Amino acid sequence: MRRHPEELLGPVVLVVGAALLGTLVSISTQTYFTDTLVKVSIVVALYVFIGNSGVLSFGHISFVAVGAWTAGVLTVPPGEKPAIMPNLAHFLLHRHVGNVTSLALAALVGGVFAFVVGIPLMRLSGLAAGIATFAVLEITYNLLQYEERIGPGLNAFSSVPETTGLRQAAIGAVVCIVAAFVYARSRFGRLLRATREDDAAARAVGASVYRQRLVAFTLSGVLAGLAGGLYVHLLPLNVNSVHLDLTFLTLAMLVVGGSGSLFGAVVGTLAVSALDSWLSVAENGTSLFGWHIDLPSGTAEIVVGVVMAAVLILRPSGLTGGRELRLTRRFAWRGSASRAPA
Amino acid sequence: MIVAGLTIDWQTLADGLGLGAIYALMAVGIGLVFGVLRLVNFAYGQLVMAGAFALALASQWGWPVWAGIALCFAVVLVLSALMDRLVFRPLRGHSPAVMLVATFAVAFLLQSIALLWFGSLGKIATSLAYLNRPWTISGVDIRKIAIVAVVVAIGCLVLLQLLLERTEIGLHMRAASMDFATSRMLGVRANRVISFAVLISGVLAAVVAVMLTVQTPLVTPDFALSDTIVVLAGVVVGGLNRPVPATLGGFLIGFATGVLGGALPTNQSQYLPTFVFVAVILVLLVRPRGLFDFSKTVERV
Repeated sequence: MRRHPEELLGPVVLVVGAALLGTLVSISTQTYFTDTLVKVSIVVALYVFIGNSGVLSFGHISFVAVGAWTAGVLTVPPGEKPAIMPNLAHFLLHRHVGNVTSLALAALVGGVFAFVVGIPLMRLSGLAAGIATFAVLEITYNLLQYEERIGPGLNAFSSVPETTGLRQAAIGAVVCIVAAFVYARSRFGRLLRATREDDAAARAVGASVYRQRLVAFTLSGVLAGLAGGLYVHLLPLNVNSVHLDLTFLTLAMLVVGGSGSLFGAVVGTLAVSALDSWLSVAENGTSLFGWHIDLPSGTAEIVVGVVMAAVLILRPSGLTGGRELRLTRRFAWRGSASRAPA
Repeated sequence: MIVAGLTIDWQTLADGLGLGAIYALMAVGIGLVFGVLRLVNFAYGQLVMAGAFALALASQWGWPVWAGIALCFAVVLVLSALMDRLVFRPLRGHSPAVMLVATFAVAFLLQSIALLWFGSLGKIATSLAYLNRPWTISGVDIRKIAIVAVVVAIGCLVLLQLLLERTEIGLHMRAASMDFATSRMLGVRANRVISFAVLISGVLAAVVAVMLTVQTPLVTPDFALSDTIVVLAGVVVGGLNRPVPATLGGFLIGFATGVLGGALPTNQSQYLPTFVFVAVILVLLVRPRGLFDFSKTVERV
């Protein structure tokens, strides 16, 4: 095995760089950087499953949602719980944990949920898997919307301590990246990628497609749950912020960057976020080179949609072509093949 | 009538049939394009949404009903042709995942444009509202739209069947959806067949837009979005590869949604999507290649 430390260092340097850049700007602009770093965690979680298995999943935002609900319910100050969540189940009413514990529990709940859902679902592939994971997203959305015993229902998660600043978001993103890297290098990750490249050949050497997919699905559920915990500590989420729009945005980030590589996941997130954030700022009026720009609100979504569609049409394997960052190109053909997921 | 603990009256049954008919048409629209392009068009609902906005604008301007419907067809067909030319054609031959995410992007884009143009509160299409009133048939009230939807859907499906079976372009379309590469070698023109399939699928989207605006006169940017998700699930549950199973799947999920929505008690009907999607998952687990796919092909190495 050839060592390529830049495969891990590249994404980490990008994340740390973005965080450091975020310390230089005003507090209000800093939120965009923090938000981007949380999205890096979500997209890396998506990459762990989609990138390595080649199976499309629309259900990962439901793991983000349960992570957010877990961390949110457990950290709203007990005195304010009855006001925000009047129908909360009794056993949740008096439970209260700290910031780090809530994140760990969010990851745990996300992982358990993904594992339980994955046991039946990982038997499916292709379109059936896509629709079944979509069904999971819709079911989770529907339940969180109306189950007021476990959360605020349709209301926003206000009063959750806003502990996710730049530092916590960056640490979270780096944790996700390291976990994804270690997994991709492990026996499990290699076997799963073998099934992605050639299902029959992988079976022939004894890889269980089902078991490998389930491992990846569970790990990506853990990371997505953690990301959800980070997200709810950043801003008062409601159930609509963890539904279709976020699913679309994060999937597009992954595909725009190149779903086959960790580097692609991080590059895609940063590129799309940068564009989206800059346009959102411009909607509120900004000046560039002395030129006053005041875009009508809603422009950001349109431009981002056009750019994403254009990248997908013109460069379907993504900005990175699905390859990891390599500083030496001599042995680039080893390892990471650049095939888009089927 | 009481089935499995649910009270189902004739009105509910008729509404279920009506919704099933509308969803069946959407299923055909999605299935036709999938047949020739192997592309699941997630943006199909946004075509319907655009048509619905055309109807709403026409009724706001006081246009006669026929002019509103004509505008709806024009808008939807132009948009489908643009989609084919700008998105589907360059994507041809890419992996299904890339195509699906790309149509996802298109859907998101069209929705954002509608949001910017019309705002999130939406507009109301009133010109066909009289179809929402009931007809009384032997003491039972049945909304006209339910009957109209069933009749229109049957009409469309019969016409489509004739088109596919009796015309040359229909033959080409069937050949292309069986084996695109071979049929091209035998003289089927790829662009022509695909444009035609997209066109027919657009016509169906316009028909669906007219009928959905009767049921839901308030047109918002996310109009037909949740319907599309449900129909996609239904199409995959039925079996996406062939038109009849896909249509049946669409009808079945529409019928089930309509009947359950009317028959469930109010404190449970808010969980309707959960019931429907749990059923979808269960069916997919038992029959991953579709409810109505009875062929036994196992991939050989």
